[in-house]
Amino acid sequence: MYGNDFSAPDGAPDEAPGGLLGEVEAAEAELRAAAARGRRGGPAPDEDLAAYFAEVVDAEQKIEPRDWMPDAYRRTLIRQIAQHAHSEIIGMQPEGNWISRAPSLKRKAILLAKVQDEAGHGLYLYAAAETLGISRDELVQLLLDGRQKYSSIFNYPTLSWADVGAIGWLVDGAAIVNQVPLCRCSYGPYARAMIRVCKEESFHQRQGYEILHTLAHGTPEQQAMAQEAVDRWWYPSLAMFGPPDGDSTHSAQSMAWKIKRFSNDDLRQRFVDMCVQQAEILGLRIPDADLRWNEERQAYDYTQPDYDELMQVISGNGPCNRERMAHRRAAHADGSWVREAAAAYAAKRAGQKETVAA
Amino acid sequence: MTQHTPLWEVFVRARRGLSHTHVGSLHAPDAELALRNARDLYTRRQEGVSIWVVPAGAITASSPDEKDAFFDPAADKVYRHPTFYEVPDGVAHL
Repeated sequence: MYGNDFSAPDGAPDEAPGGLLGEVEAAEAELRAAAARGRRGGPAPDEDLAAYFAEVVDAEQKIEPRDWMPDAYRRTLIRQIAQHAHSEIIGMQPEGNWISRAPSLKRKAILLAKVQDEAGHGLYLYAAAETLGISRDELVQLLLDGRQKYSSIFNYPTLSWADVGAIGWLVDGAAIVNQVPLCRCSYGPYARAMIRVCKEESFHQRQGYEILHTLAHGTPEQQAMAQEAVDRWWYPSLAMFGPPDGDSTHSAQSMAWKIKRFSNDDLRQRFVDMCVQQAEILGLRIPDADLRWNEERQAYDYTQPDYDELMQVISGNGPCNRERMAHRRAAHADGSWVREAAAAYAAKRAGQKETVAA
Repeated sequence: MTQHTPLWEVFVRARRGLSHTHVGSLHAPDAELALRNARDLYTRRQEGVSIWVVPAGAITASSPDEKDAFFDPAADKVYRHPTFYEVPDGVAHL
């Protein structure tokens, strides 16, 4: 709803988010078309299951929960979807930090809606992971025990209001570039969840862009605050696409299974190319002295993020890792009485119904 | 950790005149909370005018492994479709 509350600033690059949204629509249409093409039924009794699975995937058909699938495909998806779900849940914290201090009622309402969306995205994704045969309780426990990861980006602090804008523009922007291809993932429940997530995500990116645009055209102090936020969030956002292709451990297999469609470096390049023009219209500087158009490659040359820092943050040594996990654990523990009370009430009601029935 | 919270499948009717369509699932201790959670989770942008929640355990599904055999009886009965029949030229209202 809040997505309609404001219009994009004059001359804002509607093109990029519109283009990505167009891709989401295309993925959705493709999903329907693939379903309509259909194919013969399940595997024949004596058919090689691995060959059958490969045939379905190669034909751009979706694998559904009750289909046979290789164990490694199942494990890879559980790990990836769960990590994605955890990221949405942990991702509520850096922004939630500013709900009580948003500069106006409108901004507060928008931020509340956005953080609520993140919770929703986490829940869509947990539900998709559960179709692979792992329980919600297990998934929650894996996060709380630190045995599954979440996106490294949420281990950075939100120091000023402009950070909320920078997160929307850069972090959500990078997330969208990463996630749009996942709308075409070979696993049906994940693809469908991602279509839903991406459609909602575009409001997040635009609200961030609007916050930065307003600040960048405000007082010199506001302008400086916006620039300072972009300076801090730029490289961590580039790192969101993961290690460079040469060092990426799961990529090749995931591409073959059509879980992943583009390499980390391809997506990172795409993000940089999108951001340059958007930054110009904001009137903000991307903090990279070596950023320039490469005529030959038809793409921007740019400075790589610090991958050693990324590895440090992933292994728990980012500025906010401990705080994020401590907060998540406390929230889970503090909510246990609600879960217990609701379960007790449900049991009591079920008992009453039985008595009446008898 | 408290006891396992039941899983519910959620169906949403987008507009009057359309059928309920499966949109996803969620956990809730009872039907009433499942409905409220479904409203918050699946209709934040006015995606629906009516919601069904069904305990996931109450759904019996056919298996994809038996797709051929299970649906075979319908496969060789093309005469169930009107296009099977040849209509002589000039016949109206048929």
